[in-house]
This record gives sequence, C-alpha cells and structure tokens, in this order.
Amino acid sequence: MSSVPENGTPIRNELFAGRVRSAWLFLTPMIVTLLIVAAWPLSRSIWFSFSDASLGHFRDAQFYGIKNYFKTITMDSGAIHHFGVLVDPAWWNAVYNTFRFGIVSVTLETVLGLAVALVLNANFKGRGFVRAAILIPWAIPTVVSAKIWGWMLNDQLGIFNDILLRLHIISEKIAWTADSNYSMFTIVMVDTWKTLPFMALLILAGLQQIPGDVYEAAEVDGVHPLSVFWNITLPLVRPALMVAVIFRMLDALRIFDLVYILTPNSSQTKTMAVISRENMFDFDKLGYGSAESTVLFLILLITVIAYIKIGRVNLEGNN
Amino acid sequence: MANISIKNVTKSFGAVKVIKGVDLEIKSGEFMVFVGPSGCGKSTMLRLIAGLEDITSGTIAFEGKVVNALAPSDRGIAMVFQSYALYPHMTVYQNMAFGIKLGGATKEEVEKRVRIAAEMLQLTPYLDRLPKQLSGGQRQRVAIGRAIVRDPKVFLFDEPLSNLDAALRVATRLEIAKLHHSMNNVTMIYVTHDQVEAMTLADRICVLRDGYIEQVGTPLELYEKPNNLFVAGFIGSPKMNFLNGKFAAPYKANSIGVRSEHLEFVAKGGWPGKVIHAEKMGSDTYSFVDLGMTEPAIIRETGTSRHGVDAKVSLAPMKDKVHRFAVDGKSI
Repeated sequence: MSSVPENGTPIRNELFAGRVRSAWLFLTPMIVTLLIVAAWPLSRSIWFSFSDASLGHFRDAQFYGIKNYFKTITMDSGAIHHFGVLVDPAWWNAVYNTFRFGIVSVTLETVLGLAVALVLNANFKGRGFVRAAILIPWAIPTVVSAKIWGWMLNDQLGIFNDILLRLHIISEKIAWTADSNYSMFTIVMVDTWKTLPFMALLILAGLQQIPGDVYEAAEVDGVHPLSVFWNITLPLVRPALMVAVIFRMLDALRIFDLVYILTPNSSQTKTMAVISRENMFDFDKLGYGSAESTVLFLILLITVIAYIKIGRVNLEGNN
Repeated sequence: MANISIKNVTKSFGAVKVIKGVDLEIKSGEFMVFVGPSGCGKSTMLRLIAGLEDITSGTIAFEGKVVNALAPSDRGIAMVFQSYALYPHMTVYQNMAFGIKLGGATKEEVEKRVRIAAEMLQLTPYLDRLPKQLSGGQRQRVAIGRAIVRDPKVFLFDEPLSNLDAALRVATRLEIAKLHHSMNNVTMIYVTHDQVEAMTLADRICVLRDGYIEQVGTPLELYEKPNNLFVAGFIGSPKMNFLNGKFAAPYKANSIGVRSEHLEFVAKGGWPGKVIHAEKMGSDTYSFVDLGMTEPAIIRETGTSRHGVDAKVSLAPMKDKVHRFAVDGKSI
C-alpha cells in the first residue's frame, strides 16, 4: 500500500476510487446475503424474545419487556414467585448438559483427531485412499447416521448389545439411548465417531505445514521422538489446532440433531438448542423459546471471545 | 577429528539407483566439497554420511568403525541444511541450546557453549529473537551456530549458501572458510552445485555425475589436470572451450579443450574467426569469437580489448595449455 502516507489517510485519486468501487462491487452480494440469512432472522428472534409471540400470532406480537427472561409474580397469598429463562432450572440443566457434552466431546475429538492426523501424516502405501475413506462418517448427513446408530444401539434388537453380550463384556442388554446413565455417553460416542474425521483433516493440514527438514534437524540433534512431539510438533501445529477447536466448539455448543433423534426427551442430554426448539414449537411459547435462543447466542459469543483471548488465537492469518 | 571411509556405497530409492558405487577416503580435518550438476547424487551422499538415509549396500566408516546402523545423533556429526531448518517457534538461543540441553549438558555448560558460538558468529545481540525476525544471512549463521555447539567431529553442509544473495554468499563463504581454520580438527563435507564455492573452499573436491565419482583432487589438480571432458567442462568459469574435427586433428586427439585465459590473439596463423560479442568486466574482457563451431570460443584478455565486435581475428592456444581428449572423453 504505497499510496498510504505517514498520517494514514490514503491519497484520493482515480485509481483509489476505482479500487473502492470494485471492493464494494465484490462485497455487496455477500453483505446482502448475510443480511437476509443471518441478520434478519437473528434480529427477528431477538425481537420475539421481548414479545408475547406464539406460533398463532407472531405477526402482531406485542412488546412484553423482559418478562420472558425474568418476571416476578406475587400471589394472592403473598408468596413471591420468579419465572423466566434466567431462573428456569430446566434451562440451566440444558446449559450444563450442553457444556458437559461440548467439553468432553471436543477434548476427546481433539486428542483422537491429533492421533489420527499423526498417523495419516506418515508415509505409507494407500495413504490417499485412507485419507478419503476416513471422511465418510463426516459426509453422511447427521440425521441418517443418527438413525443408523439408533438402530445399532437399540436395546432389544441392536447389534451393539449383541456383540458386547457375546464377548461377555456386559451381562445384560443396556438401553444405551434411554437409560439416563448411558445416554450422555452414547451421544458423545456417536458425535466423536462423526466429527473425528473433520478434526483429523484440519489438524493434518496443520501438520503438513511443518517443514520436514525441521524433523531432520531434530534427528541430527538426537532429540527423543516424544520430545520431538512435545517440543516441535505440538507448538508448530498449535495454531491449526486452536482454530479446529473453535470450529468444533461452536458446533458442539449448538448441537441439536443428534440429541433430538437419538435421545429425545431425556433430561440427561437435552441441550440448549433442543430445549429452545421444544418451547417454541412443542409448547407454543415462541417468545420464551426465542429468549432461550438469544441467551444461547450470547453464551456462544462470550465463549468464543473468551477462548480467542485466552488462547491468543490468530484468526487474521498473518504472523 | 574423524577420517571417513566410504566403500562401494550404493543407494536406491525403490527402483531408482541414485548412488551407483562410490569409494572415497576423506581425511581427518579435511574440507571436502561434493560438487556436480543437479541430480548427480551429491546431496544423497551427504545424507548417507549423516545417517538421514539408509545405505542400500556398501559401508561407511568413521575412524575405522562402520556406522551404517548408527543413528545420526550417535555419529558425532552436525548438519547445516539448505533451508536452515531452524525451529521456528524457538529463539536463537533456544535453537542452539535445544539439542545439547536434551543431550544432558548442565545449564551452565549449555549457556557457555551457546555464548561462545554466538560470539564467534556475531549473533549475541539476536539471542532472544525468533528466526522469522532475522535476515537470511543471520538465519544461516544460527544454523551454523547450532551445529558448532554440538562440538561435532564431522560438519556437514548441504548447499548452505544457495538461499543467500550474491554479496552475502561471498561474505558467508569467508565465514565458513574462517570456521574451518579455527576448527582445524573437524572434518567438513560441503555440498554445492556452484563450482566457485567448491574451488574457493575445498581442500579437495569430489566431482560427482549420475551417481558416480568423476574425479577427486585438490581444486588446482582438477583445474589443471581434469580426468575427462565432464570435469574439464564443469570446473572453471567461463567454461573451457572445446574444439574437435580439424582443430583437434593436429593434436592427435578426438577433441581438445583450451581455457579462455590460455587463448591469445595472433597476427597470423592460428584459427581465423570473427568477434561476435564482448563482455567488458573492467578488470578483464571476454570476447566471443565465432570459429565456425556451434559454440563460439571465449578468450579472456586483461583490461580492455583491442578488438571490437565484427573484427576479423585469429586465435591460437598457448603452448602446453591444450587439454587432449580421446573418443570416450578421457584425457590423454
């Protein structure tokens, strides 16, 4: 940018004006699209959360203040009751479930994904085929794979129980999706199966950025392979790893489809997105569900900002 | 201090044979340069000596002890890579200290060795910087420093100057020459495709082509008595003039070679031709003379030339300065 003088104001000339015009030309389609598919629904949702909207009347919904979030009712008897999302135990249980799921599954996926990526980064015959094949779980639509797993995990007819029984690992059939002791484990397991390939490939891309001669220098230096991993591979793949974790964390904290199909109506697994949909459509409380969606949005925003700050993640792409 | 003895070494990558049987003795404390065109196997030879590649057949011995199955770190070597291969996330100090620290040296010992190497390479002000904050020449010095602190018996250089600009290359070349003088017990093996680097640095040069050694000797031996057409053409700049047919017949050879400084303009007799181009370097002038061969002959004169472009001239080789070659390319 040689046309930017010391004080930072660009020199205004024909060339500069032309560049500004073409920048707007290229940006406009994306801005319009974002306004339509992101800004508009998001702002509608926030508006509904401050209204008494229901499925029957949302066009003429009335402003309702913060009552969906918090309201106090004094009974005739003099007892005071609090209502609203912010004091709703079901909501906070969903928040707890979501974070429990998110932290456990993302940690598991990161560790296993790194291991798989390290294997895929090694030189072996048929590597290209394995790299393509490992993507299959991720390529299957979640609804489909959730249904497949649902059948495999079925307590009476599922192959999962059958195998474990034959191997004498369990002594009686387990209701993997219905039993509250196992439902969260089941969700984490299926989610890990599904998203491990995505994680592995993102990390693999990071591993491939590490120049091979650095490893040769370490070999000449006589560095132990474990030390090479901790002191060279891990620090160098860290930027890619951090970005991969953000992607997965964002995805995990708004998980819906897997829970909705595998373990519907289990308070052990009900997540923020599931409970908010339930309020909006099953209980016809569009305003209340929207309030939950809005809080979900804020929680995601805060989580990601905190993560970027604490992890000093570089999203700019420069050094 | 280590002499290296390479016996009948071959190396194949799958079906491709890269090193086709190499025998070489490198003396202790010697500066040996491997030189040759790309793909001749010189870098592979270095990597075999380093232990970064496995030997397909033959043996490599350090001080009489075969090291074929020894890991690179157990061979007492240090290597400077073409791309420097610095650890990008470590400071200059950490880069130099990393290997020896893990090797079990005490903190004071590590500190002392790094300080000495940094002093030697004028890196002391940069010890806390990351490699990306250094210039190419500084990075190369860090790579050399990392090698020095290992206190190796054998120093390996893989085209260390090829990523530097011309001026820096000359300066760093001098640094490496000084390093060799100050560590006169250390055997150094240096790979390059640049024959000027080979000539200026080497005690002895090993010219490789296509997986074989063409000739081993001191720079002047190679310059004055090349074994064959390939070495004659590869060593020396500008390239030796090769002439055949009627030019070679009087010398009872299939072809002859004359270096540009061994040609002179003569008043009569000699080979008639026309000057087609002249490169004026200030100290010398290189005139390109068309003798009717596919390539023009190049003649060097000190200072400026009497002959301009298009001048009709006559060339003759100086007495006893003609290299004669047989049909198979060997020197006669």
